[in-house]
Amino acid sequence: MLQKISSGISEMSYFNSASAGESTGLKNKIPSDPLLRMETRDLTVKYGSVTGVKNITLPVYSNKVLALIGPSGCGKTTYLRALNRMHDLTRGAVVSGEVWLDGHNIYHSDMNPVIVRRRIGMVFQKPTPFPTMSIYDNVVAGLKLVGIRNKKLLNDVCERALRQAALFEEVKDRLKDPGASLSGGQQQRLSIARALAVDPEVLLMDEPTSSLDPQSTNRIEELIHTLKKQVTIVIVTHNMQQAARISDHTAFFYMGDLVETGPTQSIFTKPKESRTEEYITGRFG
Amino acid sequence: MKTLLQRNIRDRFMEGLLVFSTIIVLLPLLIIMIHVIIHGIHALTWDFFTQELGSPSRAVQGRPTGLIHTILGTIVVDTLALAIAMPIGIGAGIMLSEFPDHKLNPTLRIMNDTLNGMPAILKGLMAFVLIVKPMGTFSGLAGGVALAFVMLPIIARSTESALMSIPWSIREAGLAIGLPRWRVVLSTVMPAAKFGLVTGILIAFARAAGEAAPLLFTSFGNNYLPNHWSGLILGPVDTLPQRLYSLAISPYSHWHSMGWAAAIVLFALIILTFVAARFLTRKKI
Repeated sequence: MLQKISSGISEMSYFNSASAGESTGLKNKIPSDPLLRMETRDLTVKYGSVTGVKNITLPVYSNKVLALIGPSGCGKTTYLRALNRMHDLTRGAVVSGEVWLDGHNIYHSDMNPVIVRRRIGMVFQKPTPFPTMSIYDNVVAGLKLVGIRNKKLLNDVCERALRQAALFEEVKDRLKDPGASLSGGQQQRLSIARALAVDPEVLLMDEPTSSLDPQSTNRIEELIHTLKKQVTIVIVTHNMQQAARISDHTAFFYMGDLVETGPTQSIFTKPKESRTEEYITGRFG
Repeated sequence: MKTLLQRNIRDRFMEGLLVFSTIIVLLPLLIIMIHVIIHGIHALTWDFFTQELGSPSRAVQGRPTGLIHTILGTIVVDTLALAIAMPIGIGAGIMLSEFPDHKLNPTLRIMNDTLNGMPAILKGLMAFVLIVKPMGTFSGLAGGVALAFVMLPIIARSTESALMSIPWSIREAGLAIGLPRWRVVLSTVMPAAKFGLVTGILIAFARAAGEAAPLLFTSFGNNYLPNHWSGLILGPVDTLPQRLYSLAISPYSHWHSMGWAAAIVLFALIILTFVAARFLTRKKI
């Protein structure tokens, strides 16, 4: 079914510019490591004179979950938002350095941010269903609003995305109800389904469970576990138990610096840096 | 420490104060309405809605006379104004709210505020120079342009604030599923702001529909119905606010009561517009 969907999507010239980077030769291309989905090199984000994160070099491995942890204001969300060019809209934000996605620098002038965001989806802290749309329209918004009208395709995508987000069984009889009529936890899964509907390669999640109750949190954590078979996930979390439970790799940020990164197990059991150990044992932050 | 009784009395007192202020606000409107209806109701005859005004002798000699040409003229001029001001005003409002970093934005904001503060008679003069002079005749079109200048800054400002009231997160959610920016505004932000948008347009419409000054040397006024409907656009036409004034200063008592009746019709027109729009934008949930 996935094949059918991607063939439907590639019919549109709209998506063809995704390969724009390829035609420009080597300057925008590096030999890509199949295990590596994304990589940032010397990534720095400044808001005016304030530095959000500085010189972050960090690999993001394919079909793994990378957790970004650290105390409030450490730059983890700033870093995450740089990964799909969300800072383009932030007044005064300046991003320097490189962000590579499958061998393309997404900040290269040939890259269209709209295409980048289609390949790198995002789920936010608070659920954000489009207020005037039904559950169905919310899920397929990313397809319908760029002109895909094929009912069959949209129906298939809607069901697939809702199943991926573990929401289908709960809403299948009321797809025409407003998205805002769902509970908070369901709305967040709706947001996830909406992000998955456009078939992204990477899913960025900015504290997706911080506004949810423990039961809904559980469901989303389970979801992340199954989703990583299909997409690469980068998740910001305040909750260290959550990072330990769901992630394969962990990166610890502190005051705009990347202090330490590595497999989650070693970060949590034998951190190399004293600041990491102090943070994960709860001595500060 | 005050006793519960004292606090209750205080609470009731403050509440009373609020009710009192509300009545003060509503009273002038009520007085005007009652006064206008008492004086004008008897002039609202069949002839009033089916005959043109003609010369004063018709009224003096008791021949049929009415304001059909004025009512039609008002509808044409106001609709023209709305058709011109709505797309431009909404466009400017979108610019102000959604592209705050654009280099044209500060200029647009200043110009819009200046236009809003500009005396209405000068807007009539603008339309006179732009339309009446080149066309060589007073016209409904010129009146429509003059009233469009009245509506434009109000629509731009109200559109801006209606759009700003929609949380920024909705826009980011739209961008995150790979929608272009204009599509996010059009399909997610504007539907969510629908109620505010329509209310703003109505306020602008009501405000412009009551203006007489900009119409004096643009649509000019007319005692007769044109032979052909195009005369309502291309020739001098009558409008309610302006006719109301000329009827009121005339020396004929029958014309005086027709003036009051014109005021009732103007009132009804504005109230009807409000009711219609409320009905169209009523919340579905």
